[in-house]
Amino acid sequence: MTVVYEKTKGLTEKQTHYCPGCTHGVIHKLVGEVLVELGILGKTVGVAPVGCSVLAYDYFNCDMHEAAHGRAPAVATGIKRVLPDHAVFTYQGDGDLASIGTAEIVHAAHRGEKFTTIFVNNAIYGMTGGQMAPTTLIGQKATTSPYGRSVADAGMPLRVSEMLATIDGAVFVERVSVHDVPNIRKAKKAIKKAFEVQMEGKGFGIVEVLSTCPTNWGISPIESLSWLKENMIPYYPLGNFRTPEEGK
Amino acid sequence: MAKGKVHFDDDKCKGCELCTTVCPVNIVLMDKERINAKGYHPATVKEMEKCIGCTNCAMICPDSVITVEREK
Repeated sequence: MTVVYEKTKGLTEKQTHYCPGCTHGVIHKLVGEVLVELGILGKTVGVAPVGCSVLAYDYFNCDMHEAAHGRAPAVATGIKRVLPDHAVFTYQGDGDLASIGTAEIVHAAHRGEKFTTIFVNNAIYGMTGGQMAPTTLIGQKATTSPYGRSVADAGMPLRVSEMLATIDGAVFVERVSVHDVPNIRKAKKAIKKAFEVQMEGKGFGIVEVLSTCPTNWGISPIESLSWLKENMIPYYPLGNFRTPEEGK
Repeated sequence: MAKGKVHFDDDKCKGCELCTTVCPVNIVLMDKERINAKGYHPATVKEMEKCIGCTNCAMICPDSVITVEREK
């Protein structure tokens, strides 16, 4: 018998504080595995956000930096410019990236900063207790939209990948999901590609990962996977929006 | 069919049950007779001889609880 799967060295031994069934843990593993497989773990600097993944600096087994709410792309810009031969990534949720940090992500992409963003979209503010996010779906209940989000009050949910794909500096843009094993494999492939694009110095890359929030969605972890598949994917279609070849 | 073996780091399990949904031979279940250090019924496998070592359960586990071995 040979070991074919074990905990990646890309993550520390620290146990995460995430709720049971939260797919942040799955996405952390994918990033850790990719850093190990590309052999860049020792020269990677990650930037943690504010939100549920605020403690990500304890979990990734590489150098990490904390940023103010939404400002991870600005911090990553500085780090990458000082350490151009290092891999730099930000790990941000939808409350962080799609709301308070919209300016930072848009302009980092616009300037074509050569780092990678892992954008975890679970359609809600998790850490603060389930408030409506820019990405919350129409009709979805949150503590600040108790009757469900309405278009009249809050507009339509923001599609970040589609928006960033219109920017020339964003050379790699892909949306993936982790609701089942085939999609987890695809998500890993996309994350790997995004880091490769960075190491080749081609420009800014972002992978939007659809994720679950069983606690604030108010359903079980297993039900959350189906909820993601049935509700989020129709509005947030999976796929690649931009690759370096067409981004030239 | 390849023969596999899975090992659970019991005390890290948060009892989310995601691993029980992806097993192609349906052998991963929650151990209702035990409670781990975190206070959850940990995931386990009773019929290990049926395991094919596909790694599905380990891939979807958010807490890196599962190690998978397979016969070459």
